[in-house]
Amino acid sequence: MMSSSFWAMGGYARYVWPCYAFAGVVLAWNLWSARRFRVAAQLRARRAAQMTMAAVGES
Amino acid sequence: MWTWFYKLASPPYVYGVSAALAPWALGGAALAMGYGLIAGLAIAPPDYQQGEAVRMIYVHVPSAMLSLTVYTLMAAASAVALIWRIKVGHAVAAASAPIGASFTILALVTGSLWGRPMWGTYWAWDPRLTSELILLFLYVGVMSLRLAFEDPSRGDRAAALLAIVGVVNVPIVHFSVVWWNSLHQGATIVRLGAPKMPGSMLWPLLSMWLGFMLFFAAVLCIRLQGEVLNRERQSTWVREAVKS
Repeated sequence: MMSSSFWAMGGYARYVWPCYAFAGVVLAWNLWSARRFRVAAQLRARRAAQMTMAAVGES
Repeated sequence: MWTWFYKLASPPYVYGVSAALAPWALGGAALAMGYGLIAGLAIAPPDYQQGEAVRMIYVHVPSAMLSLTVYTLMAAASAVALIWRIKVGHAVAAASAPIGASFTILALVTGSLWGRPMWGTYWAWDPRLTSELILLFLYVGVMSLRLAFEDPSRGDRAAALLAIVGVVNVPIVHFSVVWWNSLHQGATIVRLGAPKMPGSMLWPLLSMWLGFMLFFAAVLCIRLQGEVLNRERQSTWVREAVKS
């Protein structure tokens, strides 16, 4: 398939490429939000561990 | 088998397995999707009726299949959590819901983009489209219900009940094209008998489906680690794990 005809997608480019672009956005969002969620949970757990250790130290 | 099942009920075990599996699943997803994209966009032939527009199938069908698979998994995990009182089941269900909802949105949007040139409209109140939209509302309902209670365990139980009740919509989505008159085409892959597609189109599609499944597994593993940490924050093993 020639390069220009590949990008033209037989006249359906305005539907095919947004379809793939949106899929890329959804995949990227999933990965980013899952990692952010895990990092936030790790921070919360670390803070809770520090508070527990501080409480044990005080008593 | 029961030993394995009991191990799956242990939060530290699930946390460790998820951490180990996530990079492998992500690597597998990249490989499968890489092949699927190249083969689907550049090698597979155009359809004799739909022309190049058929290339949207390599994104639309895997996302639609995943939207149903994830909901079924979420309902099964919820059932396990309610019946055997296994807390990890609630964590799996909570981690699955946003991923499933995002793939349902992807299926609806890509279907809409495909529908415009083929049916002449972005949206029709067709049985398949409507039942898929109801699936999205179920995902949103399950996520909202989980957050609607001050006591997280009550939220988990309410969300689990809705997830289990809502699973009735999964076969409705799948068989809607058989039970009612529909603009949407019938089943192409998941059907009795051989798939209706030639191998040159089927292999890229199967590869994309595998890639989407592995991607879901990777994202689920990452989210599950976060869910387990949030739920087990006060446990000794979490204190030890976050110290390192």
